[in-house]
Amino acid sequence: MTQNEDNPIITLISSMVAPFIMLFGLYVIFHGHYSPGGGFQGGTLLAAGIILLRLALGSELGKKQFPSRWGTPLGSLGVLIYFGTGLAALLLGGTFLNYAFIPFTRLASHNRYWGILSIEIGVGLAVMAVLVAIYDDLLEGEPHA
Amino acid sequence: MKVVSYLLLALFCGLLIYASTGFPNRGDAQAVINRPFSPAGTPNAPTHYILKSKDEIHTDNMVTTILADYRGYDTLGEETVILTAGLICFLLLRKEKEKDRHDPK
Amino acid sequence: MPDFLVGHFFYWFVFLLMAIGLFGIVLKRNLIKKVIGMSIFQVAIILFFVASASKWGGTVPVLDPRLGVSDASRYINPLPHCLMLTAIVVGVATSGVAFALIISIWRRYKTLDEPELLAKMKNDPD
Repeated sequence: MTQNEDNPIITLISSMVAPFIMLFGLYVIFHGHYSPGGGFQGGTLLAAGIILLRLALGSELGKKQFPSRWGTPLGSLGVLIYFGTGLAALLLGGTFLNYAFIPFTRLASHNRYWGILSIEIGVGLAVMAVLVAIYDDLLEGEPHA
Repeated sequence: MKVVSYLLLALFCGLLIYASTGFPNRGDAQAVINRPFSPAGTPNAPTHYILKSKDEIHTDNMVTTILADYRGYDTLGEETVILTAGLICFLLLRKEKEKDRHDPK
Repeated sequence: MPDFLVGHFFYWFVFLLMAIGLFGIVLKRNLIKKVIGMSIFQVAIILFFVASASKWGGTVPVLDPRLGVSDASRYINPLPHCLMLTAIVVGVATSGVAFALIISIWRRYKTLDEPELLAKMKNDPD
């Protein structure tokens, strides 16, 4: 990976395919209730879409979409969303991580449905940010194009 | 020295294969873990998760309800592990800036 | 006898994979090959749990509108699948930290061979 001659086929195909990979990752996160999927699987697909651009276009162009200093703060934000949902359940009268007490709707089962969705968003964000941050840290001091 | 290592590996594999003869057949629907009540009389957890997932949580996917609602505390611990791994890689591999060397002037 | 073989041969393949992973950790000299052996061992454990959760005639643990939810023996056991999702992600995090440690060792000692590395660490005044 020390030199990167511009190969037009790889540049064109990867910049056309990467948005569809990220869109499919969002689909997998939000359809975790009805088909196999959920937070971890969707977060990994989102990270794969971002790492594809960094591999194919080089280090400067690939970091324009997702700068490398956003990695660790977004990961902490994801864990904060998860913990915040559990604390909201505790402060609104119930026990920790019991989503039936958060008043999204009137029924207890629908409240648990929306609680699971808000947790999966936090998990997907944290997994995506940490996988991209590990990739950036492993390639920190390399003089590559 | 290497012969002893190979012998110990073969002994490990043989011991596990001997222990696996006591398992039930793979996929047996009448095995002890698939019955609705355990031998001690308590209700069985996977059967409860399969039967009650649509009524209590309004969700079709049973693996998601176990991961995020019935066993949500374990998922919180696992996300802490992911964040800790990201922080470890950040702290181990960043380069020092050249102008912050310890040269007292 | 053929019933016993059909019901148990899968476990023997998984234990063979575990032995291959242990061979990589103990008997190879390069540090990266040891990390790959650890990853093979983790994959063997995950395969063992997921395979022992199956049932003959059962389907994916997502509610099928034609089957209903009255009979629990029509769906496979969902609990080991949930535990193995956690195990897969923890394995990825462990491999990432192991490779970060290998890069730090390379920058300090300029070698990745284990007996050479132990000799250099013993002679190092730091």
